[in-house]
Amino acid sequence: MKYLCLVYYDETKMGNLSQTQWDDLNQECIACVEGLTTAGNFIDGAPLMTTDTALSVRIRDDKPLITDGPFAETKEQLAGFYMLEARDMNDALRLAQKIPPARYGTVEVRPVRELKHDGNDR
Amino acid sequence: MINVKQADLTIEQEITACYQRESGAVLATLMRLLNGHFDLAEEALQDAFTAALTQWPKDGVPKKPRAWLISTGRFKAIDKLRKNSSFSHYLNSTIPDDMVQTASFEDPETIEDDLLRLIFTCCHPALAIEARLALTLREVCGLTTEAIAAAFLIPVPTLAQRIVRAKNKICELQIPYEVPDKDQLPERLTSVLAALYLLFNEGYSATVGQDVTCTELSLEAIRLTRLLSELMPQKEIIGLLALMLLHDARKKARMDEHGELVSLEEQNRLLWDQPQIAEGCQLVKEALSLGPADIYTLQAAIAAVHGEAQHFEETNWAEITGLYQVLLSINFSPIYALNHAVALSMRDGPTAGLKAIEAIEGDKALQHYYLLYAAKADLYRQLAQKEKALSAYQRALGLTQQAPEKRFIEKRMAAL
Repeated sequence: MKYLCLVYYDETKMGNLSQTQWDDLNQECIACVEGLTTAGNFIDGAPLMTTDTALSVRIRDDKPLITDGPFAETKEQLAGFYMLEARDMNDALRLAQKIPPARYGTVEVRPVRELKHDGNDR
Repeated sequence: MINVKQADLTIEQEITACYQRESGAVLATLMRLLNGHFDLAEEALQDAFTAALTQWPKDGVPKKPRAWLISTGRFKAIDKLRKNSSFSHYLNSTIPDDMVQTASFEDPETIEDDLLRLIFTCCHPALAIEARLALTLREVCGLTTEAIAAAFLIPVPTLAQRIVRAKNKICELQIPYEVPDKDQLPERLTSVLAALYLLFNEGYSATVGQDVTCTELSLEAIRLTRLLSELMPQKEIIGLLALMLLHDARKKARMDEHGELVSLEEQNRLLWDQPQIAEGCQLVKEALSLGPADIYTLQAAIAAVHGEAQHFEETNWAEITGLYQVLLSINFSPIYALNHAVALSMRDGPTAGLKAIEAIEGDKALQHYYLLYAAKADLYRQLAQKEKALSAYQRALGLTQQAPEKRFIEKRMAAL
């Protein structure tokens, strides 16, 4: 089964890390991806640029509406994702514990839903 | 190309089947080799199966898949421990290298003991009974979190948390990975058997929802109890296995083609699984020969008496009543007392049954037990006291959530 691990952390707090600390953390992430790949669990994943680089799209009354943000209303912002193949939810939780930023923020583990022509899960 | 793909699929299916069959045993031994470290052993188990997925299609399935998986898992774990910098943060304890390497994993007896160790660990009395079931099903039976959650009709996150907490507790309490010694065995075995019996009953009569039998859980319970009885031939285990087999043998007759419950009296006994009943009866004899009867063996003996009657009219109610009396004398339970009252009514007539029920109906545990009122209603019906029968059926109806049980009572009421 596929599980999406969403990585959240406080961007401000992470911005306060020194360049060496930040590079070390990124090195750890590279090693983590390598480990997950060797174990056959890694499907896809990527770190994201900070939220101040983001724009949001909405369609209202058939018209596109583009705004800045998301603004950092919440304490932690989406920072990256790992799409993993795991045997079950507890196996996914075991893998999610290896994601290095879990030490700073939160990793949300969500089962992936399959898009079907009918009878879709809710 | 197509042929190659088909071959791959077959071997993948073979590996999936191998997981169901072997993962419990492989994990059990890896746990011992890795100092009882649950997370590390599970990681090694997953790594071993990942390696199987890449190697078996090339080299074929090894002659001894279990030994291959254990050895591969062990190797992967040692390898990770050597480079442990990348995952030391979740490995709290360090494992002496020599211990990992010298432990044996080929000796069949040691491997059997490993399975016992795993079962006793997953069913430790320090864990709540729900946690014992979840952990046993996942770690010993190799079911997924999602499958277990679906069987118990609970949300996946709830079940996943239950498993995580149970493992943390095992770790925190430093529960040793071992088969309990003689002093502890009775208490620890009680805890295991209670979990297995609950598992069987969960499957045999799901407490909520539409389906009365969730076959998979019952079958897993039987499989595990059988395994346990082979590894540890104790009378309670044999008795419990007999009890499960005898109840399960009546499964096909328990519901009609419309999914309606059929009472023991009305069941088509030709649908009963006779070889399974014979095995159950044999096991009861075996258990009784091993010492004073325990609660499981006595209940199995009662089920055996039912199983041996080819027609409801031939049931030996005197023997059943006697067995319930012994059962009540070693372990009083209001539920057994109610069953005893029903057996008594069959032996001595409905008035005697009602009198026996009146003596126990004040018991708190029975206040909300629908079968108490269903039994009373049935006895009033036999005495042609229609009003009293109707009101008792009404009470029973209000106390059950299960659709087939509701319909069963409604049918009885309509027949009045």
